[in-house]
Amino acid sequence: MNAGISPSRLPLSVALLRHAVLLTTGTLILLPFVWMLSLSIKPPGEIFRASFSFWPDKLYAVENYTKALSETPLLRYMGNGVLVCTMILLSQILVCAPCAYALAKLRFPGRGLLFGLVLVGLLLPHQVLALPLFALGHQLGILDTYAALIFPYIVSPFGIFLFRQFFKTIPDDLVHAARLDGVSELAIVWRIMLPMALPAVIAFSIFSLVSHWNDLFWPLIAVRDQSLMPPSLGIMAFKNEEAGNDYGPLMAASTLVVLPLVIAFLAAQKWFVEGMTGGAVK
Amino acid sequence: MSGPLTLSEASDKRLMPIEVPLPTAQLARKRALSEALVALALAGPAVFFLVVLFFLPVAAIFVIALTDWRFGATSLSFVGLSNFREVCADAGFRASLVNTVVYVSIVVPGTVILGLAIALVIEGGRSCRGLYRAIHFLPFMATLTAMAIAWEALLHPTIGLVNQALAALGLPTANWLRDENVALPILAVIGIWQNLGYAMVLFLAGLKSIPQELYNAADVDGADLWIDRLRTVTLPMLGPVTMFVVIVVALRAFEAFDTVKVLTQGGPGRASEVLLYTLYRESFEYLRTGYGAAVAVLFLAIVTTLTLVQVRFMDTKVHYQ
Repeated sequence: MNAGISPSRLPLSVALLRHAVLLTTGTLILLPFVWMLSLSIKPPGEIFRASFSFWPDKLYAVENYTKALSETPLLRYMGNGVLVCTMILLSQILVCAPCAYALAKLRFPGRGLLFGLVLVGLLLPHQVLALPLFALGHQLGILDTYAALIFPYIVSPFGIFLFRQFFKTIPDDLVHAARLDGVSELAIVWRIMLPMALPAVIAFSIFSLVSHWNDLFWPLIAVRDQSLMPPSLGIMAFKNEEAGNDYGPLMAASTLVVLPLVIAFLAAQKWFVEGMTGGAVK
Repeated sequence: MSGPLTLSEASDKRLMPIEVPLPTAQLARKRALSEALVALALAGPAVFFLVVLFFLPVAAIFVIALTDWRFGATSLSFVGLSNFREVCADAGFRASLVNTVVYVSIVVPGTVILGLAIALVIEGGRSCRGLYRAIHFLPFMATLTAMAIAWEALLHPTIGLVNQALAALGLPTANWLRDENVALPILAVIGIWQNLGYAMVLFLAGLKSIPQELYNAADVDGADLWIDRLRTVTLPMLGPVTMFVVIVVALRAFEAFDTVKVLTQGGPGRASEVLLYTLYRESFEYLRTGYGAAVAVLFLAIVTTLTLVQVRFMDTKVHYQ
């Protein structure tokens, strides 16, 4: 196959120019990551001594990372993040998959209306809902609990939409055959539809986990108790306490918050690109 | 299509006894009813949560915007459009709106042009495509709150790499996040840094979907140079993708919040306050609930307009293809 815009073999000079350009932009893109890592392994003296060196004269990594983990409940924040993101994802799959199956494979009055509602929900900016959701959380008496972090996201219009699109491509014959075998409709969703829609489930899971691990807006509103904070909110609290005087541990903490997603991304790049672009990129 | 239909109609007439249609119709109706009941049971939880967590809150925000309700107060009264009048007369809100427009109008062209350029250069050769794609996409999924802290260290007036490099080159330095003339553009640069990889992967997908025959045809027509192929085939074919990228990046730029909250808190003064930060501060820090709701309604109106432009555009694209 030809490479499209360019001939399949580039002249050496053009190929080198291409690498030079991409290495330059790539370096600029990576600079904040590199600087963060660099400061996280430097002793305070070297941080405040203006210098270009990325590698410290005296390695201070153990001290900074230990301080980051002991001065803040960083592991607690990350544990909170894992717990909240997992609960959100599980409830989204549990609620969205049956609805998507009904929209894709069953006939019922109001199906068009329901799908229209899903599309409208998909387009709503979630931050607009924060004020009424805050009032609702207050009414239910669940503000400042794990439930407050989870409840606005129990259902995901994007999840319903994505699963429906994928379920529609699964042949009806499979559903009919399962019914003849006496499989219940709910069992069809879990035992036939979801396993066959595994690519959609993986893409949606990545989208959901990344969005909620990174979210700052809603946790900022929903919780004040430090022991409930997810990583993004926790790292902000750490920064505000430190007031920028103890850069090493702060950078170490930032590195630890970013690290899980970066490792997962490098391990499964293709899935991440697909999940984060809403399946627009295959 | 009409062949099999007439055939089955004919066979129906031949085979079915007179009294069968009624029970079949009843049976079909019963089956349809049970299918509808199953569907409602399966969709029920999702419908409930969609209504409670999405549609009632949207309705509520419009109602709250028309009242003088303050969070925690037990009574409220309707005040008509006075919240909106107050918002529109507020110099602070107007500053926030202008800042948001400035921010978006830096982030969108910056992200789209750089994203397209990098996608073209990556796709221009064969080697290391995956590596370059991964590097440029990384900021899009890295936790922005943490990365904002890294940017603050990079931009630190004395120990930051940026000022050190500028000083070494003999160029003027600045206190980037505390200078009212540069704070907002710097936040926009961080916005470009974060979203560029997203635009890039969308363009890469667009480039892959351009049929090879068009390039072959361009070759025949004498488009030998890379720039000719770019001008006659690639860019025109990327039109629809570009429109999509512009809208999606604009939506993301309108929703900028994390960097403002972490790095500047809207300052210095109100120099970097954007709409979503105003919404947050009025609603949840100052607890001016009615005012906050009015800001939310205006924010929703802007985002909805952009989205409708996108939907309308995607529709026309579908018609033409």
